[in-house]
Amino acid sequence: MPANLPSPDSLIDALAEQIAPHITPECALVGIHTGGVWIMEALAERLKLDIPRAVLDIAFYRDDFSRIGLHPQTKPSHIPFEVEDRRILLLDDVLFTGRTTRAALNLLFDYGRPAAIRLAVLVDRGGRELPFCADFVGLRLELPADEHISLQKNDSDGLHFVMKRKA
Amino acid sequence: MKIHIRNGRVIDPASGLDAVRDVFVAAGHIVGVGAAPADFHANQVIDAGGLVICPGLVDLSVRLREPGLEYRATLESEMHAAAVGGVTSLACPPDTDPPLDEPGLVEMLKFRAKHMPGPRVYPIGALTRELKGERLTEMAELNEAGCMAFSQADAPLVDTQVLLRAMEYAKTFELPIWLRPQDPHLGREGVAHDGVVAARHGLPPIPVPAETVAISTILLLVRETGARVHLARLSSRAGIEMVRRAKHDGLPITCDVGVHHVHLSEMDTANFDANCHLIPPLRSQRDRDAIRKGLADGTIDAICSDHAPVDDDAKELPFQEAEPGATGVELLLPLTLKWAREADIPLARALGYLTHQPARILGVDAGHIAAGRPADLCLFDPDAAWIVSPSNLASLGKNSPYLGLEMQGRVQYTLIDGHVDFRRDGHRQPNHG
Amino acid sequence: MSANPQLTEDGRLRHLLTLEGLPARILTQILDTAASFIAVSAQERDVKKVPLLRGKAIFNIFFENSTRTRTTFEIAAKRLSADVVNLNINASSQSKGETLLDTVANLSAMQADMFIVRHAAAGASHLIARHVAPHISVINAGDGRCAHPTQGLLDMYTLRHYKGAFHNLRVAIVGDVLHSRVARSQIHALTTLGCPEVRVVAPRTLLPRDVQNLGVHVFHKMSEGLRDVDAVLMLRLQNERMRGSRLPSAGEYYKHWGLTPDKLKLARPDAIVMHPGPMNRGVEIDSAVADGMQSVILSQVTFGIAVRMAVMSLLAGAGATGAQT
Repeated sequence: MPANLPSPDSLIDALAEQIAPHITPECALVGIHTGGVWIMEALAERLKLDIPRAVLDIAFYRDDFSRIGLHPQTKPSHIPFEVEDRRILLLDDVLFTGRTTRAALNLLFDYGRPAAIRLAVLVDRGGRELPFCADFVGLRLELPADEHISLQKNDSDGLHFVMKRKA
Repeated sequence: MKIHIRNGRVIDPASGLDAVRDVFVAAGHIVGVGAAPADFHANQVIDAGGLVICPGLVDLSVRLREPGLEYRATLESEMHAAAVGGVTSLACPPDTDPPLDEPGLVEMLKFRAKHMPGPRVYPIGALTRELKGERLTEMAELNEAGCMAFSQADAPLVDTQVLLRAMEYAKTFELPIWLRPQDPHLGREGVAHDGVVAARHGLPPIPVPAETVAISTILLLVRETGARVHLARLSSRAGIEMVRRAKHDGLPITCDVGVHHVHLSEMDTANFDANCHLIPPLRSQRDRDAIRKGLADGTIDAICSDHAPVDDDAKELPFQEAEPGATGVELLLPLTLKWAREADIPLARALGYLTHQPARILGVDAGHIAAGRPADLCLFDPDAAWIVSPSNLASLGKNSPYLGLEMQGRVQYTLIDGHVDFRRDGHRQPNHG
Repeated sequence: MSANPQLTEDGRLRHLLTLEGLPARILTQILDTAASFIAVSAQERDVKKVPLLRGKAIFNIFFENSTRTRTTFEIAAKRLSADVVNLNINASSQSKGETLLDTVANLSAMQADMFIVRHAAAGASHLIARHVAPHISVINAGDGRCAHPTQGLLDMYTLRHYKGAFHNLRVAIVGDVLHSRVARSQIHALTTLGCPEVRVVAPRTLLPRDVQNLGVHVFHKMSEGLRDVDAVLMLRLQNERMRGSRLPSAGEYYKHWGLTPDKLKLARPDAIVMHPGPMNRGVEIDSAVADGMQSVILSQVTFGIAVRMAVMSLLAGAGATGAQT
């Protein structure tokens, strides 16, 4: 792990600062399971937001299902508001190939036609395979393709990054 | 043709002989055991070192599928399979198409069989016309045509009045009746023992009383008529116990079991293996154990293969839709040897269930090794191991519960009427008819 | 004998033929996955489907007619964006000489990915599963009196939904257990999932011999069998059983084993009532119970779609070779 990698909490602070001016009452937060949901909760707390929130599990929309099968633990998606004409801030922990973002957009559109969707990520690590870029980014990194970064959470340390090199 | 069989371990179950002896064969008969008769010059010498020489096997139920069911198997294929299995005399049940209910059919079958290599064929006549259980057949005529006994095969006999009269009529000519005890109502449309596997799979059941109620009826009518009755294919503990008591009471009855029922139970049907779909059904392990006990204590007189070649189209179906039956004439010997090993039964005793005991039931001069007896012999290697596979079975029926499993004991030579009819490593001998 | 034909070598679901012998881990995984699919049918969605099985061909092969069951599978498959082909193969075309396995070989050649099979004979789907190409999964939609695993699973989903867990449940299965594939699947699932007391309540003529060997307590009287149960699982009584040698009349059956409000009072006050449908009102169940507060029969139908979606998804994904990231 690069020694100078900032802590997730400091990146959330940075992200909160960026998005604060864009939050309006007709906005809704949508976190992608699991990392995006943690970020959503942290942002809502920091900015004392009282706008609707939703949780997405994109397992049923993945494009690699026929290669790797169903995720062993799927969670129901829960969108407790009308998506139609809503301004949505989509939250994820890491932006890499863009495939998760694609799946999340398809899922949202199956609920209705939003007025706008903006994407906020904690880390943009490069390596895009689809034409996406985030509107709000906590940290930009250029990682080799076989390097894997993910956000984890445990009781003692709270949020932290885990780096892995693929075998 | 004079044959000198050297160095074999001669087992004659009837006399209890079990010793290494030479056997001398001439003109279709055994002419000497141990010492050669004077002026014996063999045309052929067989080295039987390491082999057991026993009387050729007598199988009380082999379906040859002729006439009428040649798409399953043919007379030629199944008679050859029987010889490969060491069988030299066989009884074929009357459930052919048409059934063996007319002398002409029986004569034709005997004629065809006689002009082919292979074992001696003894057709069992139909007890009722078309096996419908309504009108009696011409038993005396059929007997003259060659029927040694009469049976319904697996066809139900619904009318007890007909059964009573069939016994009375057969008794008139002292002809034996072979009956598979099966109540026509209990277990109707059933396909499996009424036990834990049928309960789990929801298979239509055949309860034990289907057998015991029928045995009870038969025994009462035997007491009434004095008919000679052989009970075929017992399957249940309760049924065997009834026969044990009846024999103890002095009733002149005999009985047999199918060789698969000596080993398998309902548990073997748990994965829907249609090759384990048999009639009578494979019952509980307790029933299977009772069959073994009935053999050991002599309640059961004979073991037969109940050979039933079934083609794939009729077998590769869901369990309950598959036709019942298993190919077995080539497994009769190895499966009996397996039982003898497991139950610690001396070889000479175990072979009695395949030789002189069934021969007595059938009423033929077979199943003995002694000078003057017909030279029907089975020479087998008791230790040879082989795998049951479609290509290893001579029968056209490949429907065996034992596919892929190993057998111990394999026939090397079968002599019928003084000729080598089958030799494992060689070719078939020319027609001896 | 051989390994479980329903599982892959690494323990994933390969076919769903029966609930017997499936580990609790698999049953729980199906129920958990189904929970995620409930939302796909939710009212607030414009598009009530997910693209998971897009491009997959699912064949409903029904050798025995059942519009109802076939429809639930069809809806489930369509909500997963699969292509569905319905085939009703009646006995007459079979008797023209084409065997069951011929039919299966023909359909396999049509690039199928999954077979959903209903057949009148026990073990039919096992036979088909033994003969299909490696990429095809088989779901048993009912074979004879043997098994109806997706019905058993949706019943488990319903029980868990209303009762939370299985380890403290007392469940009574009431009616024609002898002829019921549903009852057999329920019994296997309940015992596997740790339900401590499974009862069957029926006249002796409608129970298999040795039924207690399946791990159930046997009762013949409703007054004893329903006492203090948390759930009553009613079974359908087929018309042809109502009069004959097993039962004298529908009326006598209703009097002794029909579920009425009075008999239901013997159960715990919060007990739920389930029925696989279609119901014979006034024969096995009184309308006041079927439509009453304790009935969850319509929820069963809703959950049935999600459970079948879960099974199809897990099966379609089981052939995948890569590791999940």
